[in-house]
Amino acid sequence: MTPVLELVDLEVRYGSVPALRGISLVVERGEIVTLLGANGAGKTTTLRTISGLHRAHSGRIVFNGRSIEALAAHDVVGIGVGHVPEGRRIFPRMSVLENLEMGAYRRRGELKDDLERIFQLFPVLGERRRQDGGTLSGGEQQMLAIGRAMMSHPDVLLLDEPSMGLAPLVVKAIFSIIDQIRADGTTILLVEQNATQALQLADRGYVLENGEIVMSGPSEEILGDQRIRAAYLGEGAAS
Amino acid sequence: MTTISGEAVNHPERMASRSPAPGEGRYRALVRLSRNDDVRRFVISVVGGLVLALITGPEGNGVQMLSGINGALLHPHVFICLAVTVGVWVLITVRHHFARQVEHVSGRVMALPKAVLPDRRVRAGLWLALFAFAIIYPPTLNSFWQNVLVEQIGIYVLLAIGLNVVVGYAGLLDLGYIAFFAIGAYSDAYWTGMLPVHPPLHLNPFWVFPLAILTAMLAGVLLGGPTLRLRGDYLAIVTLGFGEIIQIVANNLQGVTGGAQGVINIPHFSVHVAGIKYHWGLSNLPYYYLILGFIVLALLAYFSLEHSKVGRAWTAIREDEVAAEAAGINTLKYKVMAFAIGASTSGVAGVIVASQIGFVEPGDFTVQLSILILVLVIFGGMGSLAGAVVGAAVLQWLPQFLRVHPLFGYNQLDLYIYFGAILILMMIFRPEGLIPSRRRRREIVLAEHGVGSADAMESGHSGGGLAAVANPEADL
Ligand SMILES: Nc1ncnc2c1ncn2[C@@H]1O[C@H](COP(=O)(O)OP(=O)(O)OP(=O)(O)O)[C@@H](O)[C@H]1O
Ligand SMILES: [Mg+2]
Repeated sequence: MTPVLELVDLEVRYGSVPALRGISLVVERGEIVTLLGANGAGKTTTLRTISGLHRAHSGRIVFNGRSIEALAAHDVVGIGVGHVPEGRRIFPRMSVLENLEMGAYRRRGELKDDLERIFQLFPVLGERRRQDGGTLSGGEQQMLAIGRAMMSHPDVLLLDEPSMGLAPLVVKAIFSIIDQIRADGTTILLVEQNATQALQLADRGYVLENGEIVMSGPSEEILGDQRIRAAYLGEGAAS
Repeated sequence: MTTISGEAVNHPERMASRSPAPGEGRYRALVRLSRNDDVRRFVISVVGGLVLALITGPEGNGVQMLSGINGALLHPHVFICLAVTVGVWVLITVRHHFARQVEHVSGRVMALPKAVLPDRRVRAGLWLALFAFAIIYPPTLNSFWQNVLVEQIGIYVLLAIGLNVVVGYAGLLDLGYIAFFAIGAYSDAYWTGMLPVHPPLHLNPFWVFPLAILTAMLAGVLLGGPTLRLRGDYLAIVTLGFGEIIQIVANNLQGVTGGAQGVINIPHFSVHVAGIKYHWGLSNLPYYYLILGFIVLALLAYFSLEHSKVGRAWTAIREDEVAAEAAGINTLKYKVMAFAIGASTSGVAGVIVASQIGFVEPGDFTVQLSILILVLVIFGGMGSLAGAVVGAAVLQWLPQFLRVHPLFGYNQLDLYIYFGAILILMMIFRPEGLIPSRRRRREIVLAEHGVGSADAMESGHSGGGLAAVANPEADL
């Protein structure tokens, strides 16, 4: 079975400054894969390049067997890649409902079932469907951003630090919803700094450092690795 | 830390330890007063009235420089000006307090915009009434006002509706809008055979409309395609340049455009179709109805666009372009589309003016005109069709009214000063415009409640940082 998403030797630059120095990564159907790394490691760059918001310098992005590195961002959405961007970026002056409808912009047909599903995942969005996106709390905005991306029926959902700035309880809730979204059949690539929780949720992980993948493997393996524990899990350096 | 001046007064010992300048108490009272919105606005309105009197008064001269000021401020005229501005203040204050009460009663912030807005049926009724008025009323006017209606109001309403799509819907700042007007006008001159270069076939100006629309649209796409990929600010600069280029080309390309003398004898419209024969002559009224037809057409088209998928894409682009792109919207396509729609509207207006006056010259297409139309749109309320129509009509009618009115009779050269003043007042008191769109109103309401804009500081009750800065007595 071909992987849903595969990055092959992907190199990305900002001007002449390299941000990704040839990374390769595989996401199989039905997996939750997490991409970890410190600030500036290149996690957001990776996701933005996959979804076409930024152009790769070289390398390939293969989605369901098809090279998509030349595709425009709005077309990448159309073929089944949902992107929940860093910082949520919901439409602040559109209502919750309108935000969700925007997520389905590329699709035709009835949205009722989709909306119902989103409101089932996130009951609070249902309660606040007429409220303006910008007046939601941080956690609610994150849910809305995820819901909006789900409205496009993605095969793969790219999540960029969904836990950013949220209380532990809310993070827990959101992570359990991510798990449920995967159970419903959506593959997930999760970018996180919150390494412990991300690894507890994910099947496998990659660790990015200065634009290079320095480690990859099953979550337990990464969780058990001394170097990683020292660098990302907030434990003192093992001497 | 919420020391406000009121508390400081209650601590005489502390006061004494500082330099007890006489009049300090009065000063603090003034500071406190100045924080009251109503008072602040009142002061502004009085100052505004004086400035208005000054501007509208006689000019000074080299010998007696102050004669202008004397003549303006020591003249009954000043009372009229003050009455106008203070009257505006009263209106605004009443409205403000009323609005606050509504908000208080309705309790929920989000409920406000809808509650204040008349419902759909009322609005449709208002539109119909306006339309009926626009049909029935003009024939009763004298020829001066009919001319104003065509050349000052009708054309500008059409132009404002078009620019509203660009600026209001898609949020693109187009400072070269009048260039497309020029393209329309020169297309008309070309296809009717009045330019030094001759067309393959001569057309009646009426049939130039589709060609001018296409040409202006094409120019819009060619200009917008590359520029709209860039950040928003570049568009403003490029369009500004484009407006200048068109004007300079029209001026200098003598062999093609006729140069600075312009083009004369552009024929009037006429139709010969299916037994209908009509010729637009020198009278203004037929042109007025032609313009009205285009206005209604544009209104219907843009209204349905606004409420279609295209309109929602524009809104999303205005809100957050990256998020819009990530939601699957081809942002470039929709931006170019808005730009081209605006351009074609401007082109239509150009054809009408060229064929009505029969004369086109490069001097007609100044940057000032582009900016004037932008002012009309902002004044009316960005993104609101009703705003564009009423705003443009009011702002174009008012100067003419004042010009011929015995009480005012201002100097035409001062016109832009007034526009500037009106715009400033508008930004202070009613930033959303005369008849704002529902969404724009919502933006303002949200901004007042601290979502999405720096305006949030205005209504802050916390008194924290800002109060400390504003209050020189604050205990730091
Ligand atoms: N638009 C840009 N122009 C220039 N450099 C950029 C741009 N965006 C990102 N970079 C640089 O690329 C590198 C990777 O940035 P990226 O945003 O991908 O990091 P990240 O892993 O998402 O970090 P964080 O966890 O802080 O979000 C950084 O060094 C950053 O400064
Ligand atoms: Mg990031």
